[in-house]
Amino acid sequence: MNIARAASTLFLAGSTLAAGLLFAGHAVADDAEHARATRNYDTYCAQCHGINRNGRGINSRDMSVQPRDHTDAKGMGDIPENEILKVIKEGGLAVNKSVLMPAWGNVMSDMEIREMAAYLRHVCKCGSSK
Amino acid sequence: MNLHILAALGLGLVAAPVLAAESAGAALLKSQCMSCHALAKPESASLDRLWERKGPDLHYAGSKFKQPWLEKWLQKPVRIRPADELYARHVRGTDKEDAVDESTLTPHVKLSKAEAESVAAALMALAAPDLVEKGAFKGEKVSMTMGGMFFGKLRGCGACHMAKPGSGGASGAELYTAGERLQADYIYSYIKNPQKFDPRIWMPTLGLAEPDLQRLTGYILQLDAREGK
Repeated sequence: MNIARAASTLFLAGSTLAAGLLFAGHAVADDAEHARATRNYDTYCAQCHGINRNGRGINSRDMSVQPRDHTDAKGMGDIPENEILKVIKEGGLAVNKSVLMPAWGNVMSDMEIREMAAYLRHVCKCGSSK
Repeated sequence: MNLHILAALGLGLVAAPVLAAESAGAALLKSQCMSCHALAKPESASLDRLWERKGPDLHYAGSKFKQPWLEKWLQKPVRIRPADELYARHVRGTDKEDAVDESTLTPHVKLSKAEAESVAAALMALAAPDLVEKGAFKGEKVSMTMGGMFFGKLRGCGACHMAKPGSGGASGAELYTAGERLQADYIYSYIKNPQKFDPRIWMPTLGLAEPDLQRLTGYILQLDAREGK
């Protein structure tokens, strides 16, 4: 009985440790993805969508269609995941939106575009990227 | 035989000042320009490099610029990109649109006439035939109305670039001076695929068809003339 209890405790401790390590591993990977998406955003998206992600970029003043405010939880939450991926990769026209949103598929890889979509969910605080 | 030697000597006399100017320029490039500009194709094409570099790459300058403009600009440098580059390092948020943070901008080094001429000559020697398609632009005149519509409404170039002073985007280079600054084939090749010049540059590839590339290049070249500068 005691042996069984000890084994069970050991198993639980081991599992907790393993889960902890796994979680830490995920956290490190998530941090790297988040950092990469942040930098990509500042390079490619912020020129129109703004340094504060609010749609008021340095280019926005004279644009005939205003860039989307990425902090707008309602507006962003209504856009399906596949549409976000498509508009980044293929541009606004591909999803019947403005030509002013260009296609970034020649600059960002599919992986970076997926990371960007996840990052946008983080910025708008509107739902999971999964 | 003697005639050949004389001819060779004659050529040498003509070529000598040009070579001297170029080598003086090459020395200046190394001492004054290299700390901010890449004079050879960079080994790394990473985004980090783009953020760390202080000025545009010059390793293809001879296929990009027009020499008279280089000579003029180096003596009296003015900003071509309203938010400099990389724009995100020089922009701050406000209650309205983001604005250029002038305190982060540094003026470009100014050269004397002789220095500017020798540096321009040295820069023109940095050609990149693999990047710029020679003879790509066919030189046809473009209707400014059609070109303007294409540049603005149809393709959205004005989102990032100014076609006239004070109007348009600020993260890209002003284009009303492009005809004076840039070679036609460079404009064509750069629009066709900016990532060929730098895989991480913040100008997107528009995927334009050949007639549209011709039209857009022609329009941008003619902008300069239209401004009557």
